[in-house]
Amino acid sequence: MTSPNEAFVAFEHVQKSYDGVSLVVKDLNLAIGKGEFLTMLGPSGSGKTTTLMMLAGFETATHGEIKLDGVNINLVPPHKRGIGMVFQNYALFPHMTVGENLSFPLEVRGMGKSEREAKIKRALDMVQMGAFANRRPAQLSGGQQQRIALARALVFDPKLVLMDEPLGALDKQLREHMQFEIKHLHESLGITVVYVTHDQGEALTMSDRVAVFNDGRIQQLAPPSDLYERPENSFVAGFIGENNKLQGTVEEIGQGTCTVRLATGEVIDATPVNVTQKGQKTLVSIRPERVEYKPELFPAGAHSIDAEVLEFIYMGDMFRTRLRVAGSEDFVIKSRNTQGQRMLRPGEKIKVGWHPQDARALDP
Amino acid sequence: MADVSQAPLQTADGRPLKAALAKAQARAKRRAFLLVLPLLAFVLLTFVLPILQMLQRSFYHDGFSANAPATVAWLEEHPQGSEIDETAYAALVSDLAAMQKAKTAGAAGTRINYTYPGTISIFKEAAREAAKLQPPYKAALVALDKKWEDPLLWVTFRHAASPWTTDFYMVSMDLRRSTDDGLQRAEPEMRIHLQLFVKTFGLSALITGLCLLLAFPIAHLLAILPMRKSNLLMILVLLPFWTSLLVRTSSWIALGQESGIVNDILVGIGIVADDNRIQMMYNKYGTILVMTHVLLPFMVLPLYSVMRVIPPSYARAARSLGATSWTTFRRIYLPQTLPGIAAGSLLVFILAVGYYITPALVGGADGTLISNLISFHMAKANWSQAAALAAMLLVLVLILYWLYDRLIGIDRLKLG
Ligand SMILES: Nc1ncnc2c1ncn2[C@@H]1O[C@H](COP(=O)(O)OP(=O)(O)OP(=O)(O)O)[C@@H](O)[C@H]1O
Ligand SMILES: [Mg+2]
Repeated sequence: MTSPNEAFVAFEHVQKSYDGVSLVVKDLNLAIGKGEFLTMLGPSGSGKTTTLMMLAGFETATHGEIKLDGVNINLVPPHKRGIGMVFQNYALFPHMTVGENLSFPLEVRGMGKSEREAKIKRALDMVQMGAFANRRPAQLSGGQQQRIALARALVFDPKLVLMDEPLGALDKQLREHMQFEIKHLHESLGITVVYVTHDQGEALTMSDRVAVFNDGRIQQLAPPSDLYERPENSFVAGFIGENNKLQGTVEEIGQGTCTVRLATGEVIDATPVNVTQKGQKTLVSIRPERVEYKPELFPAGAHSIDAEVLEFIYMGDMFRTRLRVAGSEDFVIKSRNTQGQRMLRPGEKIKVGWHPQDARALDP
Repeated sequence: MADVSQAPLQTADGRPLKAALAKAQARAKRRAFLLVLPLLAFVLLTFVLPILQMLQRSFYHDGFSANAPATVAWLEEHPQGSEIDETAYAALVSDLAAMQKAKTAGAAGTRINYTYPGTISIFKEAAREAAKLQPPYKAALVALDKKWEDPLLWVTFRHAASPWTTDFYMVSMDLRRSTDDGLQRAEPEMRIHLQLFVKTFGLSALITGLCLLLAFPIAHLLAILPMRKSNLLMILVLLPFWTSLLVRTSSWIALGQESGIVNDILVGIGIVADDNRIQMMYNKYGTILVMTHVLLPFMVLPLYSVMRVIPPSYARAARSLGATSWTTFRRIYLPQTLPGIAAGSLLVFILAVGYYITPALVGGADGTLISNLISFHMAKANWSQAAALAAMLLVLVLILYWLYDRLIGIDRLKLG
């Protein structure tokens, strides 16, 4: 999408250690384009906040370079970076009214009163909080505080806005609503957003690209659809969405396809992703909704494999069926509740199959 | 539904709900009251009663009124401005004679002495001679001492004729009576009280300010350090609490006196000449130094308790919004520590205003405070004068407290 030399934000070989013993961020390379909405997604402790704090200037990189608009900012103090930031607990100043909170970044920039007022009004209107300028943060609900925090991070027209789990404290409905609003603001203002979350649904719906973090490394950096459909390693496959895993060894490998022999002896088709030669151990990952169980839908020439129905769950729009496949008891298939769709019964013996490109042979 | 809400609600067995609730709560209230009763009695006996008694004493002294009934009677019959004639002196002499028998001339003289200095001795002398005195009594008394014909003395008698008096407050405010029963300022050498009040409040304010300056960084450090290190530091802060105040003050004397360790070191490294050692004890610098040290924990603790709960994300937010570290401190951090600053300052100031031991030990002549004067009067059994000074101190502190409430709000106080 963007090559490093035209990136708006660039991390180059960045490492971070807090204690001088272990690395919390290990060789981070990341280029973020102008106007991009990039999300950092990953389990707790994977170094997302640390990365964001280095970008904001509150932590110094132990090694490597961080560039903003082509300029190295490793030594620039936070207040000179001009980066807007939304904190998880909002960090609205409790002793100031909403209006004063928004006025603060403008005052420290030496802006005149009339200009300040115009900008505050515009920012509050942007988040539909125009009537609340005289309230104190304590007099606002969580969702309202969230909007004010957003307005405060945007009021001084930063080019880059960082958000660290900004919606973590909101209930589901409000969170979905705010996701939409943040996305909308991002599009209408043309700002660059770096967003941290460990809610994958949030990451997939909002982002242009998602960086999946684990253990201080980016495991995959890709648009949401790629991430879901073409995970590059077993961590990403397991972390994003639901996923059936089958252990095996590569039996044959050709141009873009391979066959894998499972531990129990069956042979299945897959697409080689992280395997290159015969005999390698691999973990094949297949999404539940891509598994077929009607023989007429199996692709021609593909392998199919025996399965026994263990459990059938009716979910309204979907059926979710748990099967025993190749010795594994948590193989799940999902099928849409369409006209004439068959409901499988526990104990039923069936065959399942899939398109080779839906089964990805990853690192074991 | 409508008629249900109109009728008073009843419990399941048909009693009105309100009565049932009151009865259920009454037992709980009685129990709670019994539990606090011992404390209530203790506070009443040891705190409220003594304060009331002190207030009463500051308005009451019967040393003259009880022992000079004839003079009191004469004063009641003759309004202010009447000529002090022979009948008055006759009444006085008869009282003096009675005092001599009852050995109360000292008490009566002491009461007059408060507002007319130098009268104890003439009362005692006149009482001794009273039986032998012959009319005309005025001449006879004046022959003993000129003061007996001073109209001011008789004005003083008139005010001492009732045991209830505001004279002690008059003295405490450096005022005295004039011959025409008006008020005027006391003689310059007698004007010690107001000046002492001013000094007490001034030094207390200075000590409070010094404590704040020293405590703020300490408390901040305590609040941001990891728990293990901050606990160790906290012990160092609290250490003074675990040593006797007397020991601490004495060690300051050992450190700071003219032949003390600090001076020895300064002389040793040649900063100070041996014959020009720094006087830092037994003067007001000693009071300031030692009291700042002694009262420091009372500033650190409330500050710490407030700072500990200020999330670091506020400062980060301010910095990310473009504020320099100084602006962040001034506009974001400092305002949020205000409740702690206010609580600590109030605590230290009120403690300092009433502090006694330290100024008594290291204050010397110019480092003593109003509490030392109060204790001086108590040592001399001048209960009423001590009570009047203490009551004034109490009123001033209450005024300050009221001002504080108006300016900052007592509900914002946070002690820990
Ligand atoms: N100030 C610090 N001092 C020492 N170690 C830290 C500090 N901050 C974070 N760490 C460690 O660094 C690692 C990464 O932390 P980080 O906060 O970046 O994780 P995260 O991905 O944001 O996790 P979460 O989703 O829980 O917020 C963790 O193991 C954490 O314990
Ligand atoms: Mg985090």
